Amino acid sequence: MTPPPLGMLAELTHRCPLQCPYCANPLEMDRASAELDTASWQRVMTEAAELGVLQVHFSGGEPTIRRDLLTLLAHARDLQLYSNLITSGVTLTADSVAALRDAGLDHVQLSFQDSQSAGGDHIGGLQGGHARKLTAARLIREAGFPLTANFVVHRQNLARLPDMIALGEAMGAGRIEIAHVQYYGWGLLNRDALLPMPDQIDRADAVVAEARQRLSGHLVIDYVTPDYYAARPKSCMGGWGRQFMNITPSGRVLPGHAAETLTDLTFPSVRDASLAQIWQTDPAFERYRGTDWMAEPCRSCNRREIDWGGCRCQAFALTGDAAATDPACALSPDHAVMAAAMAAPRSDDFTYRRIGGAPAAVTPP
Amino acid sequence: MTIEATIPNFATGVRLREDKVRGGWVVLAPERVFVPDEHAIAILQLVDGRRTVGGIVDALAAKFDAARDLIATDVIAMLQDLTVKGAIRL
Repeated sequence: MTPPPLGMLAELTHRCPLQCPYCANPLEMDRASAELDTASWQRVMTEAAELGVLQVHFSGGEPTIRRDLLTLLAHARDLQLYSNLITSGVTLTADSVAALRDAGLDHVQLSFQDSQSAGGDHIGGLQGGHARKLTAARLIREAGFPLTANFVVHRQNLARLPDMIALGEAMGAGRIEIAHVQYYGWGLLNRDALLPMPDQIDRADAVVAEARQRLSGHLVIDYVTPDYYAARPKSCMGGWGRQFMNITPSGRVLPGHAAETLTDLTFPSVRDASLAQIWQTDPAFERYRGTDWMAEPCRSCNRREIDWGGCRCQAFALTGDAAATDPACALSPDHAVMAAAMAAPRSDDFTYRRIGGAPAAVTPP
Repeated sequence: MTIEATIPNFATGVRLREDKVRGGWVVLAPERVFVPDEHAIAILQLVDGRRTVGGIVDALAAKFDAARDLIATDVIAMLQDLTVKGAIRL
């Protein structure tokens, strides 16, 4: 029997006031008319709790756009699920934050695009967005929520990493996530605009190491060196179908948020089967679960149950073979594509994330 | 103030919960789940925002009929570890 998942990402909607060019949502997004209704989300959460899910991350798009968010949060509380709201913060008001607290929300993760307005508003594509996030941070802390400040970093903002950490401290965050852009979907489309230079990454590693030491016991900093500059791949989602499931706005169940980029797999829907059936028997969840699917060099590698071969979506996007070793690994025969991308010329121009806004034919760089 | 006189508590947004599906207890925290071992569970079940570290040690020494010094070392090490991880405030 497959061990049950620990966490579920509930992508309530793809609608969002921001247009960040590295959005984790797919290039082809779900429209509002395709979204699951309230009763379906409630059923999915009930099934998730019965299956063994402990934490639900309400995400999007911007999850606060859903009018039934409070109803869904209250349902999570009734099921003893730990609830996390992953928000841009730009829609929050004192009243709405108080309502979130009353509905039983446990934790807020607030995203930032930069430490200052010029860069933040440019990347987010929303004039005044950064200032609204600062207000949201204050309201969240005043309401007594634990706060994670999430800073997505890339070539155009890494120079301000020390300021981002200082901002996280100043707003009273208990955790700071320094998240390098992940280069799938929109991120891959905009890779030449966002991929950091090697010296920027070296400096970022040093800044984080210093801050972690200084803030130990007061504030946790989550940070991972980006794939394009690593010798070993990350354990993507803790392994395919091992710990997490992701529900898209229209009800598709995925082992990870970019899984729909694997064009040879068909993913199940909560409209057709229970989460338990899906988790335990669906062929798409079985496909890369465990280690049996691996070829060399993963198959005999002593890290195969540490990194689980890295990311299937990255392997497919960069090599055309989803069952290949993640090219982030120095042992991958395709590892040179990472160095080639790092050496490629950069540009400041990017395509904003918009529903229906992806180029008709997307050729990965 | 010595560490035994301090009152530990779960950090904001952190709670101990029974996990009936897997059997056992889990600590749910922002963006992470800790699965405490048997000893840690016994300690964490006594963290209630009222008991001091010394009080927790006394209760466990009585419960397990064990040497107080040994228990104190374990309790303090575990609580300090979870403090660094952000789950406990000492």
